[in-house]
Amino acid sequence: MSGLKELVESTQQLAQAMKITLKAAIEPPLTVESPVEPIAVYPRFRGRHELRRYENGMERCIGCALCEAACPTGAIHVEAAENTEEERHSPGERYAKVYEVNLLRCILCRDCVRACPTEAIILGRNYALANYHRQDFILTKEDLLNPPEPNVIIRVKE
Amino acid sequence: MDWTYLLIVTVKVIVVVVGLLGGFAYMTLVERKVIGRFQLRIGPNQAGPYALLQPIADAIKAVFKEEIIVTHANKVVYMLAPAISVGFALAAFAVIPFGPDIHLFGRTIPLQIADVNIGLLYILAMGGLGTYGLILGGWSSGSNFSLLGAFRTTAQIISYELPMGIFVASVVLGAGTLRLSGFVEAARPWYMWIWLWLSFPFYFTVMLAETNRSPFDLPETENELISGFQTEYGGIKFALFFMAEYINMITASAVMTTVFFGGWRGPFVAQWPLLGVVYFTIKTFILLLLFLWVRASFPRLRYDQLMSFAWKLMLPVSLIYLAITACLVVLV
Repeated sequence: MSGLKELVESTQQLAQAMKITLKAAIEPPLTVESPVEPIAVYPRFRGRHELRRYENGMERCIGCALCEAACPTGAIHVEAAENTEEERHSPGERYAKVYEVNLLRCILCRDCVRACPTEAIILGRNYALANYHRQDFILTKEDLLNPPEPNVIIRVKE
Repeated sequence: MDWTYLLIVTVKVIVVVVGLLGGFAYMTLVERKVIGRFQLRIGPNQAGPYALLQPIADAIKAVFKEEIIVTHANKVVYMLAPAISVGFALAAFAVIPFGPDIHLFGRTIPLQIADVNIGLLYILAMGGLGTYGLILGGWSSGSNFSLLGAFRTTAQIISYELPMGIFVASVVLGAGTLRLSGFVEAARPWYMWIWLWLSFPFYFTVMLAETNRSPFDLPETENELISGFQTEYGGIKFALFFMAEYINMITASAVMTTVFFGGWRGPFVAQWPLLGVVYFTIKTFILLLLFLWVRASFPRLRYDQLMSFAWKLMLPVSLIYLAITACLVVLV
């Protein structure tokens, strides 16, 4: 009779498995249709670099290249130049003439953000970093100053 | 035997083959969609509205893939094997009645390609011959792993053909005919219907193994055993094996519909005969969904479990069932 008992029990288990999958089929899918629908990220999510400005439109970056020195992978390249009376970019004496981030090298470690004395560079929330050409992975100063609006929603603390 | 008869048969053959191929193409889509829903995903949704163009995209991809024939392959057999699989899979459908007789231009046209008086035997034979496609495919690839895969497949299909044959024999005993249209018209008392449906879960399980569907898809085992006999196949030849599997699945569902659930029978068929085709399609589709549901629910069996399941459970159960059916038929 133990064989019969086993048969009944295993049949019950099979029915239970099929019940679970049926329940899953009735529930709405968990899929987020990524490029179309926004992704939920945490408030301290670290995405693509951005260069910030002051409220008056001045660039925060003073071209000190501390981020370049702090970068463990050598992904940042800064060339500084003097501010003049006619051409003023930042409140200090110098500004960054060239500011490039190589995303192929960057490991998103946030060391540059910690090194920055003026809080000019931050890591934004843009996670969509894929591209078609190697050249497009090098972010220029224009890319960094005008970051695209990331398609994300920020999770609130529960 | 005039030319109109030939014409009618040709048209029926074309309709069935096109229907089966279309059924195969959209079954792959339905499977991916339904399995996705069972796993809380949404499945393919990019190619056209409701991903309806997905099978076409898949077909184009398969056709234009680079054709690779391995050096050690026996080329003739290697090319022939997928064709054998698909050919016999299509041929098996010939005896299945997919609708009642229709009257057109003063003729009676049975909606069935051939009403063979050994219909069920013919289907078993076609299923057995279709296995040659898999075995020859594995052998002709000239690869040890493909050959081992083919052996696995052969052992599985031969093992499960025994309980399947015995279940078929008991069903035939109950209906008193081998003709598939006879099953549709068979009149049984209610207790015989219940007795018949009692064997359906067992027969369905055996058919899962016969059509190499999950959880018995040991011939493929794509994630742990590099797809067995079809390791060396790619592109359209791989798609042909895939097609054979799905057509076998459709045929198996159609046979089960005919044998267990009265085929095209349903309300109002007498007034509108074409309604029978609709009933037949719906019943077959529900059984196909059952195949998918089972695939989504259970993990794959180990090989020794597969074998002990066939020989230690299915074979004794089928023999007992046959014996009791025989008693019922004689005594009642």
